[in-house]
Amino acid sequence: MSTATTNTPGADAPGRRKAPAGERVADWADGRLGIYSLAKANMRKIFPDHWSFMLGEVCLYSFLIIILTGVYLTLFFHPSMAETVYHGPYVPMQGMRMSEAFASTVNISFDVRGGLLVRQIHHWAALIFLAAMFLHMMRVFFTGAFRKPREVNWLFGFLLFVLGMFTGFTGYSLPDDLLSGTGVRFMEGAILSVPIIGTYVSMFLFGGEFPGSDFVPRFFSIHVLLLPGIMLGLVVAHMILVVYHKHTQYPGPGRTEKNVVGMPLMPVYMAKAGGFFFLVFGAIAAISAIATINPIWAIGPYRPDQVSTGAQPDWYMGFSEGLIRVMPGWEINVWGHTFVLGVVIPLIIFPTVLAAIAVYPFIESWVTGDKREHHLLDRPRNAPTRTAFGAAWISWYFVLLVGGGNDLWATHFHLSINAITWFVRVGFFVVPVLVFITTRRICMGLQRRDKDKVLHGRESGIIKRLPHGEFVEVHEPLSQEQLHTLTSHEQPKPLELVPEVDENGVERKVTGSQKLRVKLSKGFYGEGTQVPKATAEEFHEITSGHGHH
Amino acid sequence: MSSQDIPEENLPHVQGDTHSSDVTKPAGDPFADPGLPPHEHRKQDIDERAASRSERMVALLFLVSMVATVGFIASYVSIPVDKIVYVFPIGHVSALNFALGLTLGVALFCIGAGAVHWARTLMSDVEVADERHPIEAAPEVKAKVLADFKQGAEESAFGRRKLIRNTMFGALALVPLSGVVLLRDLGPLPGTKLRKTAWSEGKMLINQNTLQPLRPEDVQVGSLTFAMPEGMKEEDHDFQQEIAKAALMIVRIQPANIKDKKTLDWGTDGILAYSKICTHVGCPISLYEQQTHHVLCPCHQSTFDLSDGGRVIFGPAGHALPQLRIKVNDKGYLEAMGDFAEPVGPAFWERG
Repeated sequence: MSTATTNTPGADAPGRRKAPAGERVADWADGRLGIYSLAKANMRKIFPDHWSFMLGEVCLYSFLIIILTGVYLTLFFHPSMAETVYHGPYVPMQGMRMSEAFASTVNISFDVRGGLLVRQIHHWAALIFLAAMFLHMMRVFFTGAFRKPREVNWLFGFLLFVLGMFTGFTGYSLPDDLLSGTGVRFMEGAILSVPIIGTYVSMFLFGGEFPGSDFVPRFFSIHVLLLPGIMLGLVVAHMILVVYHKHTQYPGPGRTEKNVVGMPLMPVYMAKAGGFFFLVFGAIAAISAIATINPIWAIGPYRPDQVSTGAQPDWYMGFSEGLIRVMPGWEINVWGHTFVLGVVIPLIIFPTVLAAIAVYPFIESWVTGDKREHHLLDRPRNAPTRTAFGAAWISWYFVLLVGGGNDLWATHFHLSINAITWFVRVGFFVVPVLVFITTRRICMGLQRRDKDKVLHGRESGIIKRLPHGEFVEVHEPLSQEQLHTLTSHEQPKPLELVPEVDENGVERKVTGSQKLRVKLSKGFYGEGTQVPKATAEEFHEITSGHGHH
Repeated sequence: MSSQDIPEENLPHVQGDTHSSDVTKPAGDPFADPGLPPHEHRKQDIDERAASRSERMVALLFLVSMVATVGFIASYVSIPVDKIVYVFPIGHVSALNFALGLTLGVALFCIGAGAVHWARTLMSDVEVADERHPIEAAPEVKAKVLADFKQGAEESAFGRRKLIRNTMFGALALVPLSGVVLLRDLGPLPGTKLRKTAWSEGKMLINQNTLQPLRPEDVQVGSLTFAMPEGMKEEDHDFQQEIAKAALMIVRIQPANIKDKKTLDWGTDGILAYSKICTHVGCPISLYEQQTHHVLCPCHQSTFDLSDGGRVIFGPAGHALPQLRIKVNDKGYLEAMGDFAEPVGPAFWERG
């Protein structure tokens, strides 16, 4: 702190001109909050520049937009399931029975000036929030940004994604419209299927039989208080860790594990990131002006005996919808009890799909045994097994999304719904495997291409005819920067099992977990999983020789 | 890239010559990190006129934002909330929503665009490197913390005075039970609620559209009719809960086309009454194929054959749709001969 404050005029001899007002305010705050030392560490903090680092920013900003618009909506929304008869300005609904929740949502849409806009911004921002989190998570995954020291932050981010899903679900259920009510009914059916406690949980959640008159107010407090409160805490922790760890960076000239290259927070990133908030907000506002989302007035109030076709959850719930749609209807009745496997199994696979991607960083660090910090990102091709796993996971997710929209696929593409369902049933097991194999091969191909580029240079596209008539393509050697970038990555070697008898003839115990680890390590980094990168010797040999082009 | 851009020495025959001299050089690391590339000046860094242009551009964007905000307020005040306009190509939309959204969007977007343009063209774009420091503490720091912890633990006598430790764990483990107990009144116990519906013997089938009791002749072959039990009213306070279980669909199939004898017997003259609530997760079933007598649940596509006891023929449902036993009463109306023989809707643990 002392270094930052020594030359403040306030500390100087009296008689000199008073410090400017801004400085006096800062002095006041520093004396109470220590802002100068905080600013010393952070005001000129360096952030690296890359488009993919903006994905996380989109998440943060859409989250803020959701909170801002959400607070506004609570001023007009009535979280009550009390029955009312509509007498508002929307003519097609006059005289209709509906809950207060639905009536107030219609009121926000048609009576409150700008209410519809705020509702649409809120809903659009939620969809974009989840999509941005998904993409951000994939960016972090494919570049290996989750490695030490960032594993905890990976988990925070993952939790935010999961909580975001449930906040979204409880949020779009609040208007108590026919579509969302059907979604809540599905949730109730899924809860009922849980062995032993299912019926009790259902009764306690709904305050009695479905739908009852409690779930809207209960969902409301979960949606506006409980989940966002936890999420806000996680977002703050996520941001603090980003600052504390300093941002990762892509490999390149001058970029090492020991530095971070970029531009300072003040002024460049204050302007860029601050400006980006307005860009995101502006884009979402424009989308909300143009594209109607969740037109509850066209859907109508919820009645448990009515439904519309093409019922779909919001996109981020789609993969769970796929699970429930394609699962065969297995049901076992024994000893007077019912095992509703057709619903319980999807209910178990749902968190499993999510957990598969969440635990991967821990599996990878266990397999590699790597205890070092990593701040340089991997190019996805240079980590073929990880990239293949990530791609397989995405394909798994998207196969289920197709299953979740099987009716829409059928009607839009004139396909048989049974065929789509069967495709998803088979694809659930087969597609990720195929994608894994293909992706790994593509990565290897790209590695081979990098190696060629390093050794032989860039194809310039210029054909030259030699004096004796031969045609050759001119290859342009890479710059030193490019050579370094393409060769700076590490290529881990697979672990070897320690011999069962050590050099002194003493038997060593090799545990099953060690064996598994070596096996996995061979699968990750063993033969046929990476193309050895160009070595200095190869490079010298080729660049010094003749006619290798 | 034109051929002029390729330096002459890169062409093959020249390359051979230059590189032959390279061989004599010591073979250093050809992939060594050349360090940060030198800063390349932007136009604005060297041309003050370009910088002024950028400045004017940023100012213009901020000005547009101001105008858009004025436009937002003007729209709010002047456009009636119920005015509908046609906008190509999106169609008929609320004029107020459209105007407010676009003006707000422009106002916000231009602030962002201005700030980003400012940062990209006028603020320094010199890349600098910051040192990283290991996250892990130095060994002496770790040793100090461990010693402090040990001292603290010793001073608390936590490990030594086991009685305190054990009773404290006991108390902390028990106290959350109060919170759990408080959740008891969230809802009633299930009891037999899921097993019973509003149907009982002698209740007439009321057409949900006309609210009149149904006669056999009202139900045509190929039609699908929705019904509820006599005595149920939309304004009842528990209407939603009751209709969630009692909702009924009625079809008429030529008796010759009914495959299952029990199905035929439980109906009357080919009129069959089934629960409308899907046995998968409880969506109301509403898509009926007249020719095949299949009904399809629009939520998860479970398909049931109504001519064969409501058997599941496709999709995720686990058991057949419950059928309600009906007859024609003395006055010629359809009426139930009792409640459903089994629970309607999704399966649950106690269903058996």
